[in-house]
Amino acid sequence: MLVPEAVGVSGKEPSHGYQLRVVQEVLLALLAGEASHGYDLRARVQLALGPLADALNAGHVYVTLNRLEKAGLVTSERVGQADRPDRKVYELTEPGRARVNEWLADTSWPKPAPAEFHLKLVAAAAAGLGDPVRLIDGQRHALLAELAAAQRAALAEPDGSVAALLLEGVVLRLQADLRWLEACAQYWTSTKERS
Amino acid sequence: MSSSESPARVGPVLRTRALDKRYGHGDGEVRALEGVDLEVTRGETLAVMGPSGCGKSTLLHLLGGLERPSAGEVWVAGRRVDALSEKALARMRREAIGFVFQAFHLMDELTALENVELPALLAGRSPGAARRRAAELLEEVGLTDRATHLPSALSGGQRQRVAIARALSNEPIVVLADEPTGNLDSAATLDVLRLLERLRAAGQTLVIVTHDERIAATADRLISMRDGMFVDETRLAHGSAGPLGDLVGLEG
Repeated sequence: MLVPEAVGVSGKEPSHGYQLRVVQEVLLALLAGEASHGYDLRARVQLALGPLADALNAGHVYVTLNRLEKAGLVTSERVGQADRPDRKVYELTEPGRARVNEWLADTSWPKPAPAEFHLKLVAAAAAGLGDPVRLIDGQRHALLAELAAAQRAALAEPDGSVAALLLEGVVLRLQADLRWLEACAQYWTSTKERS
Repeated sequence: MSSSESPARVGPVLRTRALDKRYGHGDGEVRALEGVDLEVTRGETLAVMGPSGCGKSTLLHLLGGLERPSAGEVWVAGRRVDALSEKALARMRREAIGFVFQAFHLMDELTALENVELPALLAGRSPGAARRRAAELLEEVGLTDRATHLPSALSGGQRQRVAIARALSNEPIVVLADEPTGNLDSAATLDVLRLLERLRAAGQTLVIVTHDERIAATADRLISMRDGMFVDETRLAHGSAGPLGDLVGLEG
């Protein structure tokens, strides 16, 4: 069966495209259990994100659902409500279900960032544009500020929070990046001393 | 003492000037610290990071009066301590400093409660006051139900929480911690992090030497050391950072 490509994926910016696709596919997957409406889907994603829920723009869920409908991955039906405007209830189509299964089996992963920063240091040193060690210090300060924010948010989560697990992932990645920056600092410090 | 010294309550809690520490002699001489100038203000949490052998533990030992500098000055609460007699230095440590070590250094034959009350007794508190304070501190670190346990009956994380309670027992001017999570797994590290964050919020002055970026990120200020010198310093905001969602950037 031909599975329609997810919409709105830009080949130019892999990480951006990856992140956009995730929202689409999360919504599809949440609809695999039962039909639902935008507000409920948004609330479920927000709960999983906990303190990181501001990553999800409220309007984005509705825009994405419209796109998924145009792409034939979901269908919608207007359902009347007492005292309130109608709401659209979305249901997964067969191609939508195939897309979800493909997503679940997909092992692609966001690429770690070091290559760009590594090349920045090499180029800056080669062109005499600046001291790589200072660039490393600046980068470390930025990552430490992110780590501090993620750490504080993680410590504030109650026991058994599912969002704490996501924060743990953010913290561990930042920790790994900071350790790599330390290795960079040692290399470029000794290079400076040799020259 | 020079007349320009600020009174203890408004000046820095800790201060070093041109601090040097060398080990060995002649060709075998190692300079562990070179010309370190440091000020730690009241209520500040300072983290010191750097590769093994960069001098960070030596710095902590000099600040706490566990070792003496080869040259330079160490001031604790407005009082110069590097030239004190052994006896006066020991008294300064008992009264002004709380120590936390990577290997806990609890007394194996004493219960958790007895370990915690020991520094208060050594600092001259009455047995009753020391016992009450120890019980309060064990409650603060969530180990009231382990008060009568020997260290051997406690997990690593619990032992370190007892060690932190012990470090607070003499109501120290500053707590000095050397790799407090170095021997702990991830869950126990989180418990210690929560505890240190509570101390920070309560205004306890803390100096933490660590390899652990997670601990460093909870500090107010972070100093990086290399080859016995400070090479970088940064302040970490504890107010609201940017939107947390930027950390995962779901929409790029």
